[in-house]
Amino acid sequence: MQQEASARGEPAGVATMQFRQGSAIRQLWETNLEVFQRDRMALFGLCIFAVFAIVAIFAPQIAPNNPLTPLKNNEGDWIKDAMPYWLAEPGEDEAEGYTNTFLLGTTNIGRDIYSQLIHGSRSALLVGFSAAAAVAVIGTVVGLLAGYYGGWVDAILMRAADVAFGIPFIPFIIVVSAFLDPSIWNVVVAMAVLLWRDTGRVIRSQVLVIKEQAFVSAARVSGASNLRIIFVYIAPSILPLSFLYGSFAIAWAILTEASVSFLGFSDPETISWGFMLQDAFNSLALSREAFYWIVPPGLCIMLTVMAGFFIGRGYEEVLFPRLRRM
Amino acid sequence: MSRGVAYYILGRFLQSVMVLWIIVTLLFLLFRLAPSNPLASYIDTTFTKQQEAALLARFGLDKPLGEQYIIYLVNLLKLDLGDTFSYSGKTVLDILGADLPNTIYLTLTSLLLAYAVGVLGGIVMAAMRGSMIERVGTTFTLMTRAAPQFWVGMLLLTFFAFQWKLLPSSGIGPPMVRYRWETEWDKLMSPVFWRHMILPTFTLALYLHGLPLLLMRSNMLEVLDQDYVTMSRLAGYSEWRVMIQTAARNAMLPVLTALTLGIGYSIGGNVVIEHVFSWPGLGRTLVRAVQQADYPLAQGAFFLIAVIIVFMNFIADILYSLLDPRVGASAQAQVS
Repeated sequence: MQQEASARGEPAGVATMQFRQGSAIRQLWETNLEVFQRDRMALFGLCIFAVFAIVAIFAPQIAPNNPLTPLKNNEGDWIKDAMPYWLAEPGEDEAEGYTNTFLLGTTNIGRDIYSQLIHGSRSALLVGFSAAAAVAVIGTVVGLLAGYYGGWVDAILMRAADVAFGIPFIPFIIVVSAFLDPSIWNVVVAMAVLLWRDTGRVIRSQVLVIKEQAFVSAARVSGASNLRIIFVYIAPSILPLSFLYGSFAIAWAILTEASVSFLGFSDPETISWGFMLQDAFNSLALSREAFYWIVPPGLCIMLTVMAGFFIGRGYEEVLFPRLRRM
Repeated sequence: MSRGVAYYILGRFLQSVMVLWIIVTLLFLLFRLAPSNPLASYIDTTFTKQQEAALLARFGLDKPLGEQYIIYLVNLLKLDLGDTFSYSGKTVLDILGADLPNTIYLTLTSLLLAYAVGVLGGIVMAAMRGSMIERVGTTFTLMTRAAPQFWVGMLLLTFFAFQWKLLPSSGIGPPMVRYRWETEWDKLMSPVFWRHMILPTFTLALYLHGLPLLLMRSNMLEVLDQDYVTMSRLAGYSEWRVMIQTAARNAMLPVLTALTLGIGYSIGGNVVIEHVFSWPGLGRTLVRAVQQADYPLAQGAFFLIAVIIVFMNFIADILYSLLDPRVGASAQAQVS
């Protein structure tokens, strides 16, 4: 997947990043506020996440059926491949001995597709946000340490980044998922191990610029320790950049989790959108043209991934004003 | 080429070799993590203890870990990737050698298509900045990057292969035809092969075109602000001449670097598309090998993909330093 090259668009604008003055919390708050006030698409992305978060939290209440249990008709047979009630022939359900209330039909072994879709939001958001947090935190710390200390610390960390850039991403996650017990956390760990590299490099180059500024020398003269300078004086200025990369990382994490589940390396007891698509693909839903099964999970993945992109681009436009639409 | 540049290239090359060595070591350790005995799929329940021991000895698995590591490194240098567990009588190199061309055909065709469309699209988007067309176009491109590749592939398959029966749904050709291709040349000359390539290529290109398009657009916007572009405007050149000859040429550099990197990463990332279209390439072989616990094959495929990525990263760095006078032989190239 092309994701290694990152969606950020360009490396050239980094040098023109805008800094803010003032206290750490206020700087961060102002930047975040500006992103969502200025950019309607970023706000839209935030709304998408909010809606899916509500769905994920209340999934058991919203979903009409258990997503894993095959549903049975009056005779005790599985309700296989039922069409959505708005597509099915009227009366077909009574003839088969059940009442069709399925918004998106059932799978080939009689699981309720709509309930699976609702529950799928949980894995997507869980993986998306925890992987993004891990990537942003590791990348930020690596970038800060490498940029500030320079010398051998920088050399070791940046060679480690080179190694991470050389490891094929999806193959690595497949192998790790296959070797450990199936769990969505494998994807999170594997992503955290590899994807800090982009964030780390960019933040390092930014720290190189910031540490030459007057307020850093002033802090050093007044006797602040190295760690204090790094985390109290420098970190707040580059945190918006971590948010930028974190937003894109949410998108990549959701896409990656979907791919890994689709390839069959996820926990079969956890419903995810990628798993649903794998299920559809393997049970030949394509040749039956079962769009009600194939389309909804893909749309959900696309919406959540786009939400991450929109927010990331919002940060980009505030941090790198030259990219702004003119 | 100055001496500084030559030194820079040599340094980058040695660095790439080091990186590859570390990756290979990590790969060795990673595959010792495998939960089951690596021979579990190979060993029949009817095997006697002696037969099992003989088999372990054949694969060198009875030796201490350090010795196994040395043997592994020496074998890699000799390009001996071992025997597969699941395809009897074939070496890993045989299988990967047959897969690699298929992956390369798919990747290169898709990349060329994607970058041609992406560069042109990026120029158009930059020229039309702020317009409705630009907004719709950029949103569409973002959608293609957000949609999972395998899902797009599934939708295209449903329409073109199953509903309208226009194109084949999987593989590189029907078995009868495939056995008649004796060389890669025969394969490339066969219309059947190209017909099978249409859907996977289109799916991959649709995904890949986003990066060059967005890159080109933002580079163009950056370049259009520069004095020399204003100068050529003032000199009375037509808007399209300014756009193409002056701005686009300068905005192309990062796109070229992205293309070089893209070759490496796409070869490693085609896994999902190869799986959907049953395309017999490196990615599909890797997935199957992992599923069937065929560790030598999985390890070999992983190794080959990593070599390609590291090599293309190296080429991209060199290209960048040769094409961009600002980078030259200095350490600046590190700031990517």
